[in-house]
Amino acid sequence: MNKAYIFVFGGISTITLSIFLFVLAPRIQVAVIDKEAVSAQTPYTENELRGRQSYIENGCVYCHSQQVRDPVAGADQHFGWGRPSLPSDYIYDKPHLLGTMRTGPDLSNIGSRQPSRDWHHLHLYDPRSLVEWSIMPGFPFMYDVVVSVESPKEGAIRIPGKTDHWIIPKEEAEDLVSYMMSLKRDREPMKASEVAQ
Amino acid sequence: MDAKMVFLILTFSISVLGMLAFVVALIQKQVLVPASAAKSIFGPNELGHSEPDSKGRMGDQWRALDQSAKVPILFFIVSSTLWLVLGSIFGLFASLKLHTPEFLGTQALLTFGKVRTLHLNIITYGWLSPAALGVAMWLVPRLTKVPLQNVRTLFSAGIIWNIGVVLGCIGILLGVTDGLEWLEFWWPIDILLAVAGAMVAIPLFKTVYLSKEKHLYVTMWYTICALIWFPVLFVIANTHFLHSGVQQAIANWWFAHNVLGLWVTPLGLGIIYYLLPKIIGHPIASYQLSLFGFWGLALFYSQVGMHHLLGGPIPTWLGNLSVVMSAGMAIPVITVAINHHVSTYKHFHVLKDSVVLRFIVFGAMSYTISSLQGSLHSLRTFNYITHFTHWTVSHAHLGLYGFTTMVLFGGIYFALPRLVGRNFKSPQLLNLHFWVASLGIIIYAVSLGIGGWLQGEELRNIHGSFEQSMKLTVPYLVIRSIGGTLMLLSHLLMLYNVISILRSEKGEVVK
Ligand code: HEC
Ligand code: HEM
Repeated sequence: MNKAYIFVFGGISTITLSIFLFVLAPRIQVAVIDKEAVSAQTPYTENELRGRQSYIENGCVYCHSQQVRDPVAGADQHFGWGRPSLPSDYIYDKPHLLGTMRTGPDLSNIGSRQPSRDWHHLHLYDPRSLVEWSIMPGFPFMYDVVVSVESPKEGAIRIPGKTDHWIIPKEEAEDLVSYMMSLKRDREPMKASEVAQ
Repeated sequence: MDAKMVFLILTFSISVLGMLAFVVALIQKQVLVPASAAKSIFGPNELGHSEPDSKGRMGDQWRALDQSAKVPILFFIVSSTLWLVLGSIFGLFASLKLHTPEFLGTQALLTFGKVRTLHLNIITYGWLSPAALGVAMWLVPRLTKVPLQNVRTLFSAGIIWNIGVVLGCIGILLGVTDGLEWLEFWWPIDILLAVAGAMVAIPLFKTVYLSKEKHLYVTMWYTICALIWFPVLFVIANTHFLHSGVQQAIANWWFAHNVLGLWVTPLGLGIIYYLLPKIIGHPIASYQLSLFGFWGLALFYSQVGMHHLLGGPIPTWLGNLSVVMSAGMAIPVITVAINHHVSTYKHFHVLKDSVVLRFIVFGAMSYTISSLQGSLHSLRTFNYITHFTHWTVSHAHLGLYGFTTMVLFGGIYFALPRLVGRNFKSPQLLNLHFWVASLGIIIYAVSLGIGGWLQGEELRNIHGSFEQSMKLTVPYLVIRSIGGTLMLLSHLLMLYNVISILRSEKGEVVK
């Protein structure tokens, strides 16, 4: 007998304890919190969900967080990123996109902070045309470029600094920007009891 | 009573019962191990003699055990080496894109988000896991004195695992993913990995069952538990209907940290615990201490994950628990450090002769540094600065490269000659690999550590701006690319070394 069983049992019990603490207990607690506070969020529309999917596929989450910290932790609010996040801000989020890198700014409230769709399109097409110091990648493959003096199509946007170059957002870009517009986690959530009144 | 409560009570009782059983075992002295067990890794006449890198007469007594699972172990080692090269190419692409966004153009398939994800997944599931399994499983016969059982199962596991990684990467390119960091592979593909992981456990447990050793050596404790922990973690984290919203973020980082702490780290530590004393020819400094190190790791490391979400919208108690446990990690880390570094210090001269030992000692030192760094930046005061910055990336590479990858390099270079019965034709290339890789990771970790820290200071500065925090990192990102290029070069050297030892020369006697 070489006492392997001690390690097998020991290993199983430590991992079970860890599952209990980090998977089950939070699940129950967060469910209770969600019930008490009615979220300030509304469910995503279909367009927004498709946009969310392309946010995932293009890996925006590796540079952008969607969680605002308490003022003791950082200058988040001074940068205009809104109030500290609450669990109820995320009840419609699956998969979650909290993110843990801030190579780019937090996007929790980008829909309120930058309400111009055109700005978003131009920025996604070529970030450096608007923000010269940016290291964000461009996503020109989500756009068609047309050369024309007049606006070629409704929804076309003229590239700044050029008189006759226009970008026409493909559906993916429209969806992605709709998703950006939907991120308004700066409103206060309401208590369930307040909503009832 | 609903299912949730049943689960809750069930897990709680299992863990409490487990702890009780452990206390009882302690009282009955089942747990303590005789110090003589530390010598079980030495054959007759080996104790007191340092072992050279090359396979010599001394190693001959191990030959039957070493080669008992030759084909699958070679498969694990060679496939993971190929993944290593591919993964570091993607890493370098990601790195270059961070300071030169136009690098490689703006094609949809090569956007930063995809390249970075490929890098992380290829490195974790293509390189670290199979390479660590290969070396750890190669050590099992040496530690049990029984040839490896179920060799075919191990081989099939390796093949299934690799198919999983290939499919997972294709999924990432096409945008078919689960969308969670460290868990990007689409869940049906994860089933392949989970099955393969469980299949590796079969030969392990069967061999352990037949073991001729009265006491299992430290390395085996780590290997056994790692192979219990990984499938459990992986399956629970990938059962997506269980998770949503903030709770999903909690489960996500619970997994992401445990895949390091309960999978890659124990396998890596186990390899150090074998090779370090083996090569210097003297048992580990204190065998009892290694027991504390082991149980400390099992208990503390499984609960540190929430330091990835401090300051975020998670329940406060959960964050605090992880902070305490992260600080507690200092205990097992220091005990392991004493064991490793005291042993090295007493026999420092062996480093002159053994390149393998250099890799192992570099790994052991990085483990100590990166773990203490981890305990420190989990404390809220530090975390508020380092969170969300490149500091974390520096730390990740110090741990996974400086520690695990370097140890695996050493392990592979030790195993290969004994596995194929032939020596490396040009050992100086192994040495070159060591120096290029060391230089690379030092440049990488130091530059990004400094850059990340400054970035974090700026993200806290209420008179500062985001713009400033990003701009100031760019020079450090450039230096990181230089370090990364050296690392990639060293991996190409390794690929050459591995291929050259596999190709037998005409007329050479293959034993
Ligand atoms: C390599 C990292 C990186 C990636 C990947 C990335 N971004 Fe950015 N992003 C940045 C940086 C840096 C900035 C700040 C400079 C700027 O405005 O361009 C930024 C700014 C932004 C802004 C403006 C924020 C503000 O406060 O003005 C938006 C919106 C945005 N990104 C959306 C996205 C979307 C959507 C994606 C994915 C399709 C994405 N980003 C991918 C780095 C990144
Ligand atoms: C075997 C060796 C390597 C391992 C184990 C490894 C591991 C990792 C890990 C764990 C991450 C995620 C870090 C985090 O999000 O906190 C990461 C990201 C990254 N790695 Fe590596 N890596 C290796 C080699 C390299 C090399 C050679 C380069 C080349 C420069 C590189 C460049 C990067 C980059 C650029 C990122 C993305 C960081 C970001 O998103 O800001 N890595 N790597």
